[in-house]
Amino acid sequence: MSTSFALQHKKNRLYYALLAGAGLVVLLALYAVDLMEEKGHIITGMNNQIVWGMPHVFAIFLIVAASGVLNVASIGSVFGKAIYKARAPLAGLLSIAMLSGGLAVLMLDLGRPERFMLPALDFNITSVFAWNTILYSGMFGLVIAYLWSMFEKRMNVYSKPLGVAVFAWRFILTTGTGLIFAFLTARQAFGSAILPPMFVVMSFAWGMAVFHIVQMVIYAWNDKELEPEILERKKRLLGLFILGSLYMVAVYHMTNLYFAHRMSFERFILLDGGVYPALFWWGYVLIGNVLPLALIFMPGMKTKKSAMMASLAVVLGGFAFLYVFIIGGQAFPLDLFPGYEVSSTFGDGKIGSYTPSIYEILLGFGGLAIAFIITTVSVHVLNFMPHDKSYIAD
Amino acid sequence: MKDVQRRNFLKTSVGLAAVTIAPGMLLFKVAHGESDDNSKVRWGMLIDTSGCTNGCRECIDACNKENGLSGGLAPTDSQWIRKIEIKDVSTGHEFGLPMMCQHCAEPPCVDVCPTGASFKRHDGIVLVDKHRCIGCRYCMMACPYKARSFVHEPLHNQNPDVPRGKGTVESCTMCVHRVDEGKQPACAEACPNKSILFGNLHDPNSEIAKKIRAVASTQVRADLNLNTGVRYQGI
Amino acid sequence: MSVSGVRLLLLLLISLCIPNVWADQSTLPYKIDIGRGGHCVRDPVWMRKNHMHLLIHQRDLTVREGKPNKEIDLRNCVECHASTKDDSVIARSDSFCVACHRYEAVKIDCFECHSGIRKSAWLQRNAK
Repeated sequence: MSTSFALQHKKNRLYYALLAGAGLVVLLALYAVDLMEEKGHIITGMNNQIVWGMPHVFAIFLIVAASGVLNVASIGSVFGKAIYKARAPLAGLLSIAMLSGGLAVLMLDLGRPERFMLPALDFNITSVFAWNTILYSGMFGLVIAYLWSMFEKRMNVYSKPLGVAVFAWRFILTTGTGLIFAFLTARQAFGSAILPPMFVVMSFAWGMAVFHIVQMVIYAWNDKELEPEILERKKRLLGLFILGSLYMVAVYHMTNLYFAHRMSFERFILLDGGVYPALFWWGYVLIGNVLPLALIFMPGMKTKKSAMMASLAVVLGGFAFLYVFIIGGQAFPLDLFPGYEVSSTFGDGKIGSYTPSIYEILLGFGGLAIAFIITTVSVHVLNFMPHDKSYIAD
Repeated sequence: MKDVQRRNFLKTSVGLAAVTIAPGMLLFKVAHGESDDNSKVRWGMLIDTSGCTNGCRECIDACNKENGLSGGLAPTDSQWIRKIEIKDVSTGHEFGLPMMCQHCAEPPCVDVCPTGASFKRHDGIVLVDKHRCIGCRYCMMACPYKARSFVHEPLHNQNPDVPRGKGTVESCTMCVHRVDEGKQPACAEACPNKSILFGNLHDPNSEIAKKIRAVASTQVRADLNLNTGVRYQGI
Repeated sequence: MSVSGVRLLLLLLISLCIPNVWADQSTLPYKIDIGRGGHCVRDPVWMRKNHMHLLIHQRDLTVREGKPNKEIDLRNCVECHASTKDDSVIARSDSFCVACHRYEAVKIDCFECHSGIRKSAWLQRNAK
């Protein structure tokens, strides 16, 4: 009795220490934002060629994962699988947490963050960005209503329709995120109809990986054991999502390779672009795909540890992919005069250089910290712990 | 706006029968996209690249001076107009031309701007309304010409006629403050070879309209169908 | 409600906060350098309360519709009200724009982008 009390005490202290740590990261991020406000974006690594940098890598990862994590809830409510249903509240919470973190980063990176409400006032109907402001706020509302319907008994009847609505909404949301890039027709890296579905499939993998990590930590924290059958099933699902996203990325590059005018870009991003191919092959392909796939599908790898490792690897791979995709995609110069060699004082015909500064990285981690705080506090004060009846295959 | 375009498109489609009657005129108009804008004025430029001599920077200096740009060449400095040196890889033919905002009739920057800060004036000039710009830089991602710059640092001592400020995106305004006073853009005025011809594309009697009818001119990245207001001769 | 309606409502709410001191033309509780001064586009009491409405309304006309108004033009304000000493409306704590805005604790962000200096003086200073 006394030892468990002492353990509880220790855990409590750890909980507050973790919160304080995350709070500190948020404060540091706010300091970075303040400095960016005062001195301008000159203190970041971003410039007129690489206009979106590290903050966007973090923000887009968080937003995409926020959509993908809802997959867990959807499988429960839309397809009626019991083990997923038990996890729907946690998935909803993670979604809100990551969406908050991602949007905070996106807004605080603006050149004029104090005007962030303007897209709502002066709405430009043709802008995907403007659509996304509706998609994001709608997602917040829907997921909160969905959580409410699950927690409040009298609202339970609405749980199913709300689950379906969330299911549809997050598809559109990730499509919208992919469209941000898909509509950039003039850029060789972007401007492809495959991007929205690619983002959707990647969101499944990233969201699932984040869910795994959080779930395992929560179980460990509460000294509970996740039933191995459940873990095994979810691990295999993650494996499937990884394969799916790898396939989409392969198709994206293959189609680019087929277009003669995009060959030089593919050469750059896959072969001789320095840091970008390195990050792509080592970071995304090896760590983000091969390693987790091996951990998941190799026989004799059934431990919790391998699931955790695989999930972490997927998250790291996701960041590597976005860095290559967003920043590498901009580093390659626009082709104003196809077939000609060009040069100018403004970086025409030249690979853009980008070195992320500590401030933008701090801002990115601030977003992660916000998501962490929301998750940790909510799990602490509300009942988000999955409750499984003893496992029966559906 | 879009409705008007669609209506005009429909009109053009219905009027396809007219092709047989007056093929030359109609095909010309459709090919140049002129038919979908009823405005009396569309400011544009025709740039003769043969007059763009090696090492000459007069238009760039004039632009920097007129608009109060620092003239710095760091990747974070604004450059509203720049000179691109071009070499044909297969023939070795070399030439240069000034590149800036092409003032498209269908500007991608305007399409993507979430707040409507990027907009096209009635006379075809594409501008950033800095009162609305939130500094998201999506327009810079969308512009095929890399025409836009982001103000990375606080500015001081701006030209009273050309307000510019930190955290917003900016680009060539076709010297709108001069044009509104009936003057020419600074670059056109400064060009020692008079190679930048500025004028009203929609006035059939203007010098620029006459010349565009007479000589072969090109739009950069014409494949994107943006119907640029800046045209080049001799590419 | 339309966007301009929302704006109008906000501005009305803000204007409710303006203290009574504005009603009195003769005494201001702080030092202010009105520059050349003289006859303004409207009478001074009205201007004190409403100059921002004029500016915001005209700004959209000028920028977006290309219909500038020589009278209601920030440059025109500066032309008359810049200090005769330093040609600026913002250089000192008693400069025309700063004095009131500081007293009212209302931030002006016009001059992050716009020049607060009389154009003739700016041209002189920047003649190369």
